[in-house]
Amino acid sequence: MSSDRIDGYARALFEIARAEGTLDEVEDELFRFARSLEGSDALRNALTDEQVPAARRQAIVEDLLGGKTTPTTTQLISLVVGSGRGRDLPAIIDRLVQRASSSKQLEVAEVRTAVALTADQQTRLAAALANATGKQVNVKVIVDPAVLGGVVATVGDTVIDGSVRTRLEQLKARL
Amino acid sequence: MSLYALLLATAEAGHEDISQTPSWIWPEGYEIAFGGLASVIVFGLLFWKAGPVVKKGMQARTDRIQKDLDGAAAALSSAAAEAADIRQAKGDIESERSRLLADADMTAAQVLRDGRARIEAEVIEVEAKAADDLVQLESRSGDELRGEIARLSAEVSDRLVVDQLDSATHNDLIESFIAKVGASK
Repeated sequence: MSSDRIDGYARALFEIARAEGTLDEVEDELFRFARSLEGSDALRNALTDEQVPAARRQAIVEDLLGGKTTPTTTQLISLVVGSGRGRDLPAIIDRLVQRASSSKQLEVAEVRTAVALTADQQTRLAAALANATGKQVNVKVIVDPAVLGGVVATVGDTVIDGSVRTRLEQLKARL
Repeated sequence: MSLYALLLATAEAGHEDISQTPSWIWPEGYEIAFGGLASVIVFGLLFWKAGPVVKKGMQARTDRIQKDLDGAAAALSSAAAEAADIRQAKGDIESERSRLLADADMTAAQVLRDGRARIEAEVIEVEAKAADDLVQLESRSGDELRGEIARLSAEVSDRLVVDQLDSATHNDLIESFIAKVGASK
C-alpha cells in the first residue's frame, strides 16, 4: 500500500475520532490493537485473508472488540478490515498516532514493559522521557512478556533500554 | 610225314573208339598240341596288340605315382620349410615373451617403488593432518565446552531471573528506570 493511501486512511480515522470527541481513547485502543495484530499471526491471517468475505472479517473484529473498546474504535477497525486494508492496519494506526501526537505537539513514546504500568507510572515516565529527550511525549504502553522485566522506551530514533531481556543478552554475550 | 598225318596216325593208333578219352584227366595229344599252339598264337597276338597299351597304361600309372611322389616330396619340403618358419616364429615369440616379461618386471618394480614412495608420503601427510586435527579437536572441544557452559549458564540465569521477577521486583525495575531516565538529560 502506498504511503499516500496509508496517510489518507490515517487522516480519515483521525478526523472521525476527533469528530466523535474520543480521540485520546480511540488512539490508545487502536494502538494496542495494532500491537496485538502484529503479535498474532492467527489474527493477522484472519483479518487479511482475501478468501474470507469482508463481512466475515468484520464480524471477527466485532466479536473480538465488541464491548471491550469504544464503538468508534471497533467501527474504524471494521471499516479498514472490510475495505481489504487489514494488512496495512498497523501502519495506518501508527500514522494516526503520530498525527494525533503532532496535533498536540507531542512525540510518540513507545514503551514496552513486561507488566502494565499504572497511570501514575505512565505520567512520571512521560515526564522522565520528556526530561531525557527534551520533547513532550505521548506514552504508548505495550505489554510485552518478552521484555521479561524493566522498560524499553523508543522516542523517535532514540531507544532507552532498561529491560531485563537486554541485560540477560549482554550477560550471555559476556559468557 | 606231315604234322597232320602224324596227329591222325597217333589218334588212330591209340584209340579205336574216338568217342572215349584215354585219360579222365589228360586230353588228347592233338588237343594239347592245338590248344598249346592256339594259346601261343593268342598270347602272341595279345602281346603284340595289347602289350603297348598295357605298357602305356603302366607307364602312365608309373608317371602318376611318380607325380604323386614328387608332390608328396614337395609337400614334405614345404612342410619342412613351414616347420622351420614356425620354429623361427616360436623362437621370436619366446624372445618377445622374455622381453615383455622383463619389461613387465621392470614396470612392476617401478610401480612398486613409486607406490611405496607415495604411500610413505601419504602416511606422513595423514600423520601430520591427524596431529593438526587433534590439536584443532582439542581446541574445538575446549571452545564447545566453554560454549556449552555459557549456554547452560545463560539458561540457568534466564530461569533464575524469571523466577525472581515477582510483582514487587517488576515495580522496582520500572521505578528504577523512571528514576534513571528522569535523572538523565
